[in-house]
Amino acid sequence: MRRTSVLERIRLFGRAGIDVLATLGRSVLFLLHSLLGRTATGNGFQLLVKQLYSVGVMSLAIIVVSGIFIGMVLSLQGYSILSQYGSEQAVGQMVALTLLRELGPVVTALLFAGRAGSALTAEIGNMKSTEQLSSLAMIGVDPLKYIVAPRLWAGFISMPLLAAIFSVVGIWGGAMVAIDWLGVYEGSFWANMQSSVSFREDVLNGVIKSVVFAFVVTWIAVFQGYDCEPTSEGISKATTRTVVYASLAVLGLDFILTALMFGDF
Amino acid sequence: MQNRTLEIGVGLFLLAGVLALLLLALRVSGLTLGSAEGSYRVYAHFDNIAGLTVRSKVTMAGVTIGRVTAIDLDRDSYTGRVTMLLNKEVNNLPEDSTASILTAGLLGEKYIGISVGGEEEVLTDGSVIHDTQSSLVLEDLIGKFLLNSVNKE
Repeated sequence: MRRTSVLERIRLFGRAGIDVLATLGRSVLFLLHSLLGRTATGNGFQLLVKQLYSVGVMSLAIIVVSGIFIGMVLSLQGYSILSQYGSEQAVGQMVALTLLRELGPVVTALLFAGRAGSALTAEIGNMKSTEQLSSLAMIGVDPLKYIVAPRLWAGFISMPLLAAIFSVVGIWGGAMVAIDWLGVYEGSFWANMQSSVSFREDVLNGVIKSVVFAFVVTWIAVFQGYDCEPTSEGISKATTRTVVYASLAVLGLDFILTALMFGDF
Repeated sequence: MQNRTLEIGVGLFLLAGVLALLLLALRVSGLTLGSAEGSYRVYAHFDNIAGLTVRSKVTMAGVTIGRVTAIDLDRDSYTGRVTMLLNKEVNNLPEDSTASILTAGLLGEKYIGISVGGEEEVLTDGSVIHDTQSSLVLEDLIGKFLLNSVNKE
């Protein structure tokens, strides 16, 4: 094996850094171009509705089902811990706060990255490899406006709504288990929840979180598709990267946002 | 036709999302719009409010009649000043009513319980409850108990 000199290693390191920065720069330019700029072709609203359907409506099933189950599990676990301290009534408050502050936005974003994000990447990547994007550009249609922008907006709009639906369904599932199965008194379940959950602190912060996650996940998914190497292997790599990067970004951002919102400093 | 079902699906989805947000706001967080209108403000000074938090409930005979909206330190008397928002329907509380900080269960939340006094005058917006009973601090109690047992010996 050839020994590389120290200088050579530094050069490789430098090149890797430049590559990362160049990708970041490209992705920012890509985002700005597709969201701003005013050369929309065709009926923008029609395109958005189509994407909302495939990104938002088609993700409803997985969101609702996982929401119900996570709510029920939280309720069971919370009950078994809280009943040791004789405060089973606090189950409602625990389920609601956990879902609104953390699990609602985060799990929705992770599921969304897996369900819709990977599909977006694969779709756009395939369009690129079959040269549909360059054909569009050739007939004078900006693919950023025609293909990318509606998908970005669809992601931004649908994920906060999905997160809200997730929380509601989860709380409903938790209430079902706690009240009908475990026998927590219904009145104290809801009253405890209402007295401890505040609209601004909990509900609104959860929505802010999911808006941020929506932005990041959709951005990563669409950019990875647009920037992928136009081969079958390139598409599969890009799809993997979408899920990995989006999940890591969501978890990392969640820590930062939680520290800012609930960290008291 | 295919477009139509698609649009209906999206419309339903958007409606469900907005409805979920509304439910979270109203049912889960108990957000009440314009709650300040049907209520009046009463103050109480406590020597120690330990554990009481904003949004704690204010009860009378076990029935919730209001909530705590602010807690701050009164600089002149060195006491904790608690601002309560009481239901307007309960406007016949005598002025010498007692406010005490109670605990729900052994480890439960703190709340304020009001017991009725006997005076003719009633509490109105901005009145102060003078007769208060502070929160029971377990450490103080243990400290007193230890001191007593030491003194006896």
